[in-house]
Amino acid sequence: MNTTRFRSRKSKWVLAAILLLSVGAFGACSTVREHVRTYKQLKAYAKEVGDERDLSPQRMSENGLYRATILPQTDPVPLNKLHTWTLHVETPDSTTVDVATIAVDGGMPEHGHGLPTKPRVTQALGGGDFLVEGMKFQMPGWWVVEFAISSPRGTDTVTFNLML
Amino acid sequence: MYAKTIWIAAGFFALALLTAAMIIPRGGDAWTDREIEMLRSLSIKSLPPLPPDPSNRYGDDPRAAALGHQLFFDTRLSANGKVSCATCHDPGRDFQDGLPLAVGVGTNTRRTMPIAGTAYSPWMFWDGRKDSQWSQALGPLESPVEHGGSRLQYAHLIAAHYRSAYEELFGPLPDLTGLPEQGGPVADAGQRAAWEALAPEQQEAVNRVFANIGKAIAAYERRLQFGESRFDRYVEQISGRQTSGNADLTKDEVAGLRLFIGKAQCINCHNGPLFTDNHFHNTGVAARPELGEDTGRAAGARQVLADAFNCLGRYSDASPPDCAELTFMVTEGEELVRAYKPPTLRNATLRPPYMHAGQLATLEEVLDHYNRAPAAPAGHSELRPLKLSRKELAQLAAFLNTLETPITAPTGFLEAPAELVTTR
Repeated sequence: MNTTRFRSRKSKWVLAAILLLSVGAFGACSTVREHVRTYKQLKAYAKEVGDERDLSPQRMSENGLYRATILPQTDPVPLNKLHTWTLHVETPDSTTVDVATIAVDGGMPEHGHGLPTKPRVTQALGGGDFLVEGMKFQMPGWWVVEFAISSPRGTDTVTFNLML
Repeated sequence: MYAKTIWIAAGFFALALLTAAMIIPRGGDAWTDREIEMLRSLSIKSLPPLPPDPSNRYGDDPRAAALGHQLFFDTRLSANGKVSCATCHDPGRDFQDGLPLAVGVGTNTRRTMPIAGTAYSPWMFWDGRKDSQWSQALGPLESPVEHGGSRLQYAHLIAAHYRSAYEELFGPLPDLTGLPEQGGPVADAGQRAAWEALAPEQQEAVNRVFANIGKAIAAYERRLQFGESRFDRYVEQISGRQTSGNADLTKDEVAGLRLFIGKAQCINCHNGPLFTDNHFHNTGVAARPELGEDTGRAAGARQVLADAFNCLGRYSDASPPDCAELTFMVTEGEELVRAYKPPTLRNATLRPPYMHAGQLATLEEVLDHYNRAPAAPAGHSELRPLKLSRKELAQLAAFLNTLETPITAPTGFLEAPAELVTTR
């Protein structure tokens, strides 16, 4: 009798241990599920923020004087490598801007630092295109690049967002 | 009845284990496609073939590398005959010395940097005051606390001991007859005066020999590259590729890797297959006022622009379009103040102490520094507190062990030459 009761008690402990282990194993699974869900949420977040930031390569300048398009000559935009861009500038009525003084600036708003290089417009290529040399991004993340465009039509700034 | 219940429970347990095993391959390291892409960007397999250095046309000439190998280990290239490049860049210690401050003929104000993989970097030294390996090699040769010699001394040394190897590569040596034994734009007033007494064409001829010494040393150094680490094999494995050798990471190492590319933000600066962006960052590392003012990149940027041996200088073999890094470099601004270049993290575990003046003795102190993000003594630190737990810091440290990477080089290049050339 005593022995049977002992066995029963022992069995209960074994049962409890197995159940506990099972819960643990399922727990491990749910950690992974959690991770996956977090990643999905992150993707959704990135999309939402990306939309807000407008990652479009074509943007209007702040005061609407120019419509500008960037064409990085290396696709995708590389990390840690000097490369060139073409910047196309036209007016809202699609007249190309062939003569302009253009200053380049930018940085990582979330990190509070500027570009690692001092890129410059080195050549007017004609047809509204300008060659931008010395572009470089040394960190993954959100970057902004600004062009301050001055032409007889006036001075205005256009800002592009990039996610590297 | 109990037995039946136990069997059912055991069945559940087995099912749970099976599910866990399917969802958590390799001990819990489930990576998303995006993460695998990020990990592959860090793998040595992603390192492109070494591009030529346009400023050094001898860089890929094996004869230059052989001469550079000799020069790298030759203690005659010093004021006291006891210091060679290998004195501080010890091949047995990942080409560094393990000291907080380098010790040559005197004590430097900076820590020795490792060499492997630096042929990929546009900037040399902690502050980037040089823009090529060959130009970098010239700095220590005339530093009063490193080799302590002068360019005239080294030109005479080449004429006396390396004439044939030199001339085969670079053409005839200039006639050095009658020129003083020592002379150069160095700290020593007597040597400086001797240098200034030379005619411009004599200075030019000696400068060219000096630059060629650097180019030969660079031809040797650019062949010091990284092999495969356990991390690299792991990345191959999770990418579904064949690997040979140990490719397993422990749970803590995987957790550390996840932190590295995520919450700990290490990848911001330590990115790419060499785990460095080769740029300059103020990370609030404490100053050592006893060593004098150190503004890091702020001074380095000015120095490299003014350097006669830079990419755009007359001793460079590059044409101006090849010098885009120099042409488009940031030359001023608050961001340059006390900004320093992150060294590769490959073999970082083997290279205590850390930071540009050996400020932190252990890797644990380094991780603690990044976790706390103290304010910079000058300029502004880019860091923000990470709020990592002790356990997470230990996991990051564990991960860094997986980056221990063998250095690869042509046969014999990881040790001193069997015998130094001593004849003409």
